[in-house]
Amino acid sequence: MTTRLIYFAWVRERIGTSEEDVELPGGIETVADLLRWLQSRGEGYEHALQYPDVIRVAINQEHVDHREKIAGAREIALFPPMTGG
Amino acid sequence: MSAVLAPSVRIQRQDFDVAAEIARLTQGRADIGAVVSFSGLCRDEQGALSALELEHYPGMAEAEIGRIAAEAVERWPLQGLTIIHRHGKIRPGDNIVLVVAASAHRQAAFEAANFLMDYLKSRAPFWKKEHRVDGSEGGWVEAKEADAQAAKRWKSSSE
Repeated sequence: MTTRLIYFAWVRERIGTSEEDVELPGGIETVADLLRWLQSRGEGYEHALQYPDVIRVAINQEHVDHREKIAGAREIALFPPMTGG
Repeated sequence: MSAVLAPSVRIQRQDFDVAAEIARLTQGRADIGAVVSFSGLCRDEQGALSALELEHYPGMAEAEIGRIAAEAVERWPLQGLTIIHRHGKIRPGDNIVLVVAASAHRQAAFEAANFLMDYLKSRAPFWKKEHRVDGSEGGWVEAKEADAQAAKRWKSSSE
């Protein structure tokens, strides 16, 4: 299944793209697994995700924590802590 | 039994008119005794900042602020609620965000507006990037621990 990954702010800048569609390999069950796999995809990813604890994640446009299962996710967004308001 | 209040949530590039937004909530009704409005503006940081650029997550920004607004409506007896958050390039002195809460009495309006701003800061998907007067890129504004703590104080003891 294809999953759309979306990046914002410095996560987007470091990875070098705002979104991409990926085929997730088997064995990736949680958000934490996804972050680990992405880190191995190249220098930009490694730089963006070197401190995975600070990365915020939304699945289908709702905040989730890193233990959340990603099965069935159409859209997963990765971004830094928010600074709106 | 009055109808369930539907908050007005708008994510937009253009500016807003605070007085017009207050009037929109109060016009033609006599049951509102208190309106609290909060406006957040762009500071120039002692002349160093030429603009803030606000990036947002289209779709989720509306959805998340809608969820925060729904929680406020559940917790306080509000008769009107408007939330506007701008995105794009914003100059010092210009508006960024507006919350208008209307209620029969002031306490609910004050508390709801305060709660909404604390939650917007830590949960609404917006990110600020600084542009400096000297032309250099100021970088992304860092989230403040104080803002995260401010949001936590609204958690009920059951959570």
